[in-house]
Formats: sequence, structure tokens, C-alpha cells
Amino acid sequence: MDNFANYGAFTLDAILALVLLTLAWLLLRSRDLFKAIVLFISFGLLMSLAWVRLKAIDIALAEAAIGAGLTGALFLSALGRIRQYSRKDRRQQKTSRPFRNRD
Amino acid sequence: MTTEFSKKLPEIMTRRSAESLLSRSGQAMTIIGVSLLALILGYSLWTLPPFSDRMVTLVSDNMAISGVENPVTAVLLNFRGYDTLLEIGVLLLAVVAVFSIAPSPALLATSPPSPMATLLLRLLLPFVVLVGGYILWVGSYAPGGAFQAGAVLAAGGILFTTVTARWHPLANKAIPFAMGAGLLIFVLVALATMMVTGNFLQYPETRAGMLILLIEAAATMSIAVILTLLFVGGEPGEISPAQGENKHTVSFNKENRSE
Repeated sequence: MDNFANYGAFTLDAILALVLLTLAWLLLRSRDLFKAIVLFISFGLLMSLAWVRLKAIDIALAEAAIGAGLTGALFLSALGRIRQYSRKDRRQQKTSRPFRNRD
Repeated sequence: MTTEFSKKLPEIMTRRSAESLLSRSGQAMTIIGVSLLALILGYSLWTLPPFSDRMVTLVSDNMAISGVENPVTAVLLNFRGYDTLLEIGVLLLAVVAVFSIAPSPALLATSPPSPMATLLLRLLLPFVVLVGGYILWVGSYAPGGAFQAGAVLAAGGILFTTVTARWHPLANKAIPFAMGAGLLIFVLVALATMMVTGNFLQYPETRAGMLILLIEAAATMSIAVILTLLFVGGEPGEISPAQGENKHTVSFNKENRSE
């Protein structure tokens, strides 16, 4: 029974580590900034689960609130700022390329 | 310089491929640098002592005089209180740096907030305050503390500023004081302990718990306000425009002036 629980915990940790690495790779490779931010927020939430598994509850709390929540909000705000500038830019000079992300 | 960069930023962000950002040699140098950094980090991780319980015993032996029961809080606020003091100072400096940048687009919204968002705010805000206070209080004997509580409160603050777009936190005169109160009270307590015990931030044993709670309460307030203002941006004294005025015009006029 104990052995079974150990295997379960190991499988959970392995899946968590794999998903974290996959998410990190996807969000770094993503060309769509909005998608990258959403992936970053989900990375932060899973990372806080990983901290719980490492028995660091304090860091898990901080990661969930700051890593996933506040940083995500800051990134979204920065993305809004970039779009605002790029819209203004397009109005001024017609030659500028269309912004890749959805507007 | 900031304006120059922000003018170039959309151009950088819209480039089709990462190749155009860096030249070939730049890419090679980046790869070499990152590999070197990874090697150094890997080496230092490899040569770490397997598990050092010297620190663990050091902390658990001194828990009785720390004034709290949670070892993490004991380390952060008592044994290494100096680090935490400087961290709060760094946060304050960061928000002052953000003030030099234009207000956040969250405050430039001209459309009225959706009724759903207003309802969500009404339902969530009391719980945010409750949870923040609980996390602050529970920090003395369980995981929690000033930083986590401040972050939860700041999440509520960001929600509040996003939904009520017309309200600017800096319109309130108490906000700059709330930003600095954490650092101020921390420094005052540190100076007081220096007068009593002779050492900077060495609490008298009987009063340690109370002093830590006092510092943490002030720090929670400051962290909450600072993290909210990091999101909101803007300079102190720059109040949102009068009712009926278009925020886009205000923001663009300001940009034109700085160009």
C-alpha cells in the first residue's frame, strides 16, 4: 500500500515536471504574445503546485499570488500599452507592418 | 531615452522572426553566454553539500526566542530581518521608478465597466480583505505572512482599479503615506530596538512577537499599495481627468509634449 502511494506521488511529480517544461518551452516559442501570457499564467499556477509538492507552502502562496496573478496582470497591461503605441504608430506612418497579434 | 525606446518598441515587437532581432554573431554570442551560465549554475548545484541541517538546527534551536512559531517568519522577520527591511526598500524604489512612466492603459478605458465585473468586484472584495488579514495573522504560526497577504490585497486593488477605471489611487492623499509606512515603521522599530538592546533589529525577547506583528501589518499595507501602483503606473499628483473628458486625449497630449 505504501509502495503504491509512493508510485502515485512519483508519477504526479514526473507529470508536473514534464508539463512545466513543456509549458515553459511553448510560452518561450510563442509568437502570439497574448497566448504567451496565458501560458505564463498557467505555468505560474502549476509552479505553485510544484512548490506545494516540495513542501514550501510559503513560496507556493507567493508564486500563486505574484507569479501567476500579479505578473500576469502586469504583462497584460504591458501588452495593452504596446498595442496602443502600435496603433498610434500605424496612424502616423502608413508603411508600418500590421501588428501580428489580434487587436 | 524612455520615449525613444517606447517609439521603437512596437517596431521590435512586430518583427516577423527572432532572426531580425539579433545578427548571426549576436546569436552565437548569446548561445555561448547562456551555455556558460548553465554550466556555472550546474557546477555550483553539483558541488552543493547534499543536505545541510546545520541551518535547520540553528533555526529550530532559537525558535523559542524568535517570538513566533513559524520558522519561515522567524527567519524573515527576526533572524534575517535586515534582508526583509532592504527588500521593502527595493519595492518602494521600484514603484518610484514606475512613476516616471505614463499611466497604465487600464486607466485609459473610456467605456463604462461591465455590470458583471462590478458584481464580481462587490462579491470578491470583502473576501480578499478577509483572506489578506487571515494570511497576515496566520503567518506567526503557519505558512503565510506580510508578503503573501500584501499580494492578495494587491490582487483586490488591481481588480478595483480595473473595474472602476475612473478612480485613480493617487488621487487619495493617504496613498503616498501608505506606500512608505511599511519601510518607515520597520526602520523606526529597528532604531528603537537599537536603543533598547544595543543591536540593530535585535528585538527584546518578551516583545518580539508583538513587534514582528506590527512590522508585518505595516509592511502588508505598503506591499499591497505598492504592488497595486506597479500595475496602475502614473506619477504622483497626476490625477485622472475630470468627468466627461476623454482619457485618450489626455494621454496622447502628454506623449506629444514629451516628444
